[in-house]
Amino acid sequence: MGAMLAIWRREFRSYFNSPVAYFVITVFLALVGIMFFVPFFAQDRVSMRSFFSLVPFLFVFFAPAVTMRLIAEERRSGTLELLITMPVRDVDVILGKYAAALSLLVVALFLTLPYAITISFFGPLDWGPVWGGYLGLFFMGGAFIAIGLMTSSWTENQIVAFIVALFISMLFLMVDRFIVFLPNSLAPWVEYLSFTSHFSNAARGMMDSRDVIFYLSFVLLCLFLAFRSLESRRWR
Amino acid sequence: MSSNELMIEVKDLTKSYGPIRALDGVSFEVRRGEVLGFLGPNGAGKTTTMKILTCFIAPTEGQVIVGGMDIYKNPLEIRRNVGYLPENAPLYPDMLVTEYLDFVGVIRGMSRADRKAAADRVIEQCGLDEVVYQEIRTLSKGYRQRAGLAQAMFHNPQILILDEPTSGLDPNQIAEIRGLIKGIGKEHTVILSTHHLAEVQATAGRVVIINKGKRVADGTPRELERQRGGALYEVVLRRPADGTDEIPAVFERIDGVDAVEKVEGADDELVFAVTGHADKDVRSDIFGAVVDKGWVLLGLVRRQVDLEEIFRSLTVAETGKGVE
Repeated sequence: MGAMLAIWRREFRSYFNSPVAYFVITVFLALVGIMFFVPFFAQDRVSMRSFFSLVPFLFVFFAPAVTMRLIAEERRSGTLELLITMPVRDVDVILGKYAAALSLLVVALFLTLPYAITISFFGPLDWGPVWGGYLGLFFMGGAFIAIGLMTSSWTENQIVAFIVALFISMLFLMVDRFIVFLPNSLAPWVEYLSFTSHFSNAARGMMDSRDVIFYLSFVLLCLFLAFRSLESRRWR
Repeated sequence: MSSNELMIEVKDLTKSYGPIRALDGVSFEVRRGEVLGFLGPNGAGKTTTMKILTCFIAPTEGQVIVGGMDIYKNPLEIRRNVGYLPENAPLYPDMLVTEYLDFVGVIRGMSRADRKAAADRVIEQCGLDEVVYQEIRTLSKGYRQRAGLAQAMFHNPQILILDEPTSGLDPNQIAEIRGLIKGIGKEHTVILSTHHLAEVQATAGRVVIINKGKRVADGTPRELERQRGGALYEVVLRRPADGTDEIPAVFERIDGVDAVEKVEGADDELVFAVTGHADKDVRSDIFGAVVDKGWVLLGLVRRQVDLEEIFRSLTVAETGKGVE
């Protein structure tokens, strides 16, 4: 546990020791701000709905950008070898790194709160869906981060990790749009795997336990695969 | 715990990467308080062995016991007892030296007070006081290597495994690191790998030479010189008027001489390279034989074959002739 916390702290600080965190968060906030506020003033409702449909698409880029480095870079530079030849379990390494990237995502989400506060001055804002939406974004973001950590564990090339994570994330976010092209028997399965379908409840202000279970199992699966690829060096 | 307790036991270690055999049945032992120099040309399998000893990768076959524990059963326990400096000292570039050392302490589960004491100790031992508050990325190669050593020694481990601790350093830095390792070797068991012979002579009590994944020699530098080295004589004669053909045969008859080879000399000189046993000096016998035959001796020099020549003969030869 101590090792996991130490890795979490190290990784989280390392985001802020380099321009990565500042750059990524600034770009994220700027894009969200522009894309949310420009149409906002053209409509006559005070609602965060468009915000919550917008952010997942930015997450698809944001999450791989903050995760691509996590394992790939350590593999390339050899620090991974030093880290895992210390008395630390591979699980601690994975969880510590995952927690660090997730924390950065929470910071970014937290910094968008002023947007909600700002629009609440323009009229009555229903906060229920707002909190639900944030909770949904947190879970979805957690899944994207898990995808990114997984792809980062597969390669020593950050760019490869980024692009593969981007592709997988896109797929899970938009797969429901392809349902019309698929045979009917497959439709419910594809629907179930789509992140968007698990987000709609949250955006209405009700986080369904089935959605939570979906995200949690998805994250666990990705982390397990990352763990296996760390561990694979020990296979004979 | 006795002073010559076995700290590392490696038996028939084999590691294959697909069709490539990086290690092929390597066995050796290291006792407490010993500094073992792991010697071999690049790609001989030194780094692979060290990665197995530190439980980073698993061997294909073979038994490895480190500090009394099996690498399959107690990898975490072994890592607690071992300090490891991988090749090129890979440290986190964005951390301060002091931050990094503290991070290592936390990972190793040390209390705050222990970490403070350990940091003071290794900073002094490794001469890091000038750079403690510097980012690792800004350190010179020498200081980085020292920071890597400090990291390996932080928890005062029984066993230190150092992969090419002096590669890429300038001669002054090399001398410093060697001195440091020699000091550490008094209390700890150290394995260091290198392809520099001088390094082994300066620091290690015992040498294991590997080549192409196989162990080709094991012993103290002295033992190796005695077993494999032998003595080399250079004999210079004035070219006799009669035939020169019988000269090699005359020298070969002397007890303690292994081989005689004719080396071309100047017009009226004949030069022979004579190899003999290391523990015997046959100069007076050679002189006697020359006098008997009525030849004129112009020069006679004896010298011991040094470790460098042994190393080269063991590792350059296609199959490592006369191995084991």
